[in-house]
Amino acid sequence: MNSDTAPPQPLLVYHDTTVRLFAYAAVLWGVVGMAVGVLIAAQLTWPELNFGIPWLSYGRLRPLHTNAVIFAFGGCTLMATSFHVVQRTCQVPLFAPKLAQFVFWGWQAVIVAAAISLPMGYTQGKEYAELEWPIDILIAVVWVSYAIVFFGTIGVRKVRHIYVANWFFGAFILTVALLHIVNGAAIPAGWMKSYSAYAGVQDAMIQWWYGHNAVGFFLTAGFLGMMYYYIPKQAERPIYSYRLSIVHFWALIFTYMWAGPHHLHYTALPDWAQSVGMVFSLVLLAPSWGGMINGMMTLSGAWHKLRDDPILKFLIVSLSFYGMSTFEGPMMSIKTVNALSHYTDWTVGHVHSGALGWVGLVSMGCLYHLIPRMVGRTQMHSVPAIELHFWVSTVGIVLYIAAMWIAGVMQGLMWRAVNPDGTLVYSFVEGVKATWPFYLVRFTGGVLYLGGMLIMAWNVVMTARAGQRVSIPVPLAVARA
Amino acid sequence: MDSLYLLVPLSVLAMLGVLAVFAWALWRGQFDGLEAEGERVLLDQDQGDVGRRTEESAP
Repeated sequence: MNSDTAPPQPLLVYHDTTVRLFAYAAVLWGVVGMAVGVLIAAQLTWPELNFGIPWLSYGRLRPLHTNAVIFAFGGCTLMATSFHVVQRTCQVPLFAPKLAQFVFWGWQAVIVAAAISLPMGYTQGKEYAELEWPIDILIAVVWVSYAIVFFGTIGVRKVRHIYVANWFFGAFILTVALLHIVNGAAIPAGWMKSYSAYAGVQDAMIQWWYGHNAVGFFLTAGFLGMMYYYIPKQAERPIYSYRLSIVHFWALIFTYMWAGPHHLHYTALPDWAQSVGMVFSLVLLAPSWGGMINGMMTLSGAWHKLRDDPILKFLIVSLSFYGMSTFEGPMMSIKTVNALSHYTDWTVGHVHSGALGWVGLVSMGCLYHLIPRMVGRTQMHSVPAIELHFWVSTVGIVLYIAAMWIAGVMQGLMWRAVNPDGTLVYSFVEGVKATWPFYLVRFTGGVLYLGGMLIMAWNVVMTARAGQRVSIPVPLAVARA
Repeated sequence: MDSLYLLVPLSVLAMLGVLAVFAWALWRGQFDGLEAEGERVLLDQDQGDVGRRTEESAP
């Protein structure tokens, strides 16, 4: 895709069309996914908002929300940034750019198929893996194409050293492929209906092996790859310790796989498997915090940049949420803590501290860095709007997670309270009633977070309209390691 | 717990795979001169104002 700025002689240019499309799609799906989230938060507060219409009911919209924010918003952000980073750090254009285009349109087809089939009630009933088997097959095809483009680009790289961000992206791509194929194994019983290949607690174990590793590799490793490229770029300083980033990668990869059983404490899963899950979850605290400190300390000696640069605020505050939720997670995986927290809104608060605080903010920060550069500009249309977005989102997150912490601990204490004669002190509905004010606060937090995303969408549209499609040449004099 | 007969070997295989990749990276010198590699990302010419940089990058 050459633009009007193309120089006369044939010049090798980066393939940024797919990057640009994925970046715009990420913003669009962010708005959609968060709007659905706000709607279902409102439904929990005011159940009348289900309107008695099946395809608008909470049970069908909730998986739509999670799929939209994780796989549409998060997925498009990951694909945009990984295609951008792998070209820049390898100093070659994308391998098989046509296939990269297919990855974009295929992924959009998956998202649209999800947006239609989930409200219609088609689901495999597996959390974060709800989509029925024909869509699962499409995901597998798109994902393999994604892997070919990404690893192909690494294969033809001009820089001998593979930058640490690519290691994180690569691990994320390979692991998600493995997880999706193993957990997606199902026996079709007609179009849009299938039964899992596993049964009972076997199925639960496979599902949460998938579920937690999806958190670990989709929502953590991939976004850490973004963090390791865009924080140094935005701060204009190298990562605090590159050596530590390598240790971070290998430590995380070696320890993540077995955290899943902590989702099944006090179930039919054998006790030893639960304990293994707990121990591995606790071990994870070390590499997680190593990475967080490494990212933050990149600003060491240049903390003043945080005062003036709202994009750095996004990136650094996202790391503090990463640190918070990777401390909270191992704590909640301890069986005695889990006895209080499990099935309460504390879990919902924990997930959103990671999702809104870490994944959301780091994505927004990276997109704010990336999008102007994709349209031949150095800065977004409005920097004060980025600042406003940052504060609106941060206040929204704090309202959301504080409300859910309080609600969750309260629910846990109410459910376990027993009278001296052994009967329960509270009925379940009394717990629901006591939670109502916190649902209202959570809804308010969600509205603020969505408001921030709308500010971003406006800013992106204005930036793109004033910019132009540019072709960025690959440097000819390549520094070899 | 039949599913563990799938998951445990799968994890062990994955670990062996990771070890193999780690060994490859080690022997291919991916971990040599690390701090310089950390600075290299700042050197690429991707700061947005494209036109000017094109001429500079020509040898």
